Amino acid sequence: MKNFELYEPSNVREAVATLVKIGPKAKVIGGGSDLVAGVMKDWVQGNGMPLPDALVDLSTIPQLKGIKVDKTGATIGAMTTLTEIVESKDLQKQFSLLTQAAHSVASPLIRNFGTLGGNINQRPRCWFYRGAEFNCYKKGGDFCYSVGGDNRYHAIIGGELCYIVHPSDTATALLALNAQAKIAGPRGDRTVPFDQYFIGPREDVLRENILKADEVMTEVFIPTPAPGTKQAWSKLKNRQVYDFAIVSVAAAFTTDASGNWADGRVVLGGVAPVPYRATNIENQLKGKNVKNSIKQAAATIRTAARPMSMNAYKVDVAQTMVERTILGALG
Amino acid sequence: MKFPVEITVNGVKRRSEVEPRLLLVHYLRDVLEITGTHVGCETGICGACTVHLDDEAVKSCMVLAVQADGCSVTTVEGLASDGTLDDVQQGFWEEHGLQCGYCTPGLLMSAHDLLRKSPNPSAEEIRRAINGNLCRCTGYQTIVHSIQNAAQKMRAKKPAAAKQVQPAKLRTSKRKREQRRPATV
Repeated sequence: MKNFELYEPSNVREAVATLVKIGPKAKVIGGGSDLVAGVMKDWVQGNGMPLPDALVDLSTIPQLKGIKVDKTGATIGAMTTLTEIVESKDLQKQFSLLTQAAHSVASPLIRNFGTLGGNINQRPRCWFYRGAEFNCYKKGGDFCYSVGGDNRYHAIIGGELCYIVHPSDTATALLALNAQAKIAGPRGDRTVPFDQYFIGPREDVLRENILKADEVMTEVFIPTPAPGTKQAWSKLKNRQVYDFAIVSVAAAFTTDASGNWADGRVVLGGVAPVPYRATNIENQLKGKNVKNSIKQAAATIRTAARPMSMNAYKVDVAQTMVERTILGALG
Repeated sequence: MKFPVEITVNGVKRRSEVEPRLLLVHYLRDVLEITGTHVGCETGICGACTVHLDDEAVKSCMVLAVQADGCSVTTVEGLASDGTLDDVQQGFWEEHGLQCGYCTPGLLMSAHDLLRKSPNPSAEEIRRAINGNLCRCTGYQTIVHSIQNAAQKMRAKKPAAAKQVQPAKLRTSKRKREQRRPATV
């Protein structure tokens, strides 16, 4: 592994000051499952993605850890491990969608050390991006190898230039729960709803979110869902045990007394360069009986999808999974 | 630039100076020469390098040694006491839970993590809990039997403790402040 300088800030302000001082060649590290064990060990680098010269270790900042649930919602520190999220009874009670999504991440061994912030901000798993031989757009190169190559796991929606899919399960769930990210930077703190947090390749192919090089995600806030909100999570993997999603679906919605869709969100993971909010499907369901309309509504995913040479099967999978997940949430 | 670290390994405080890029597994094997923890894939897939970091099972090829500073680490060598196998090791011994043995140190540590949280796991639960550990001999049936056997032994010893469901806990960093490098250069 390339050597690097290590900085161990004791609070967020110190962490930001360090990032400002060193510049873009410094990266923050949470659990390191992706940055150390993935990117740095595999030498994933390019013109637009130099390997870091310095790591700023957030595990030395105790304030970034912890789960607090009150009337308004849940606040989760970015350095809270996925295991801590899975085991939290408070989260399970009101935010079961996040509990389930976090539980579906990797294996217990990785959840024990991997953090929420790290899971949301991890880099994509595209095998060309991860392969040292491929100098692709995402690394600052000038080609996307998935267009003519094996693209069976690539994007079916929103791919342009680069056809990665967003790898995070918790991000998909958090978007469905209308959560917000709190970000600390040299210009102070800002709060960004996950609706505006993720960006596609057209906006900036070198990153997957709006987080700047001198900013740190400090916590995630999830507003308390309206009473009676139904939540469901499903994730299709190639193998029963740990893997990234081929397609995942997070749904959180309310219905009125006669079973009509009142309000809610349907978000898909594994299909687009960002967690994909299927507003088409939501709009189709609005005011209609969910049970009777879901089949037709789920089919609207086909109008948004532009599959590549080897991944048209993902359109069928996504359609079916939306249908099943929402029917499952109805119970 | 090397960093001073103090890590308690199997109950013994060890002080060393390490490069920040040194992985915990290499620290254990190459610096401390405690070689029971195996290196398999070195990319966080196989779980052969599983150790306990502050009582929780993690893949030591995914953790920097400096991230374990101030923490306590238990490796497979820390399980037996006075030459007597512990319950999980005994369970693997009795149920033939190993063939070539390469994955065994990691599986023993994962099994401990499971049994601490869930003293009476179903076969399904065991399979889920060890899904981060690969056995290339594919001896999973006997591994599951071994963990069930171990669970039985542990429950027999502490029937009261077995009923207790452990509350979720937040692991707070135990790293020592005085050893930290100032954050700003």
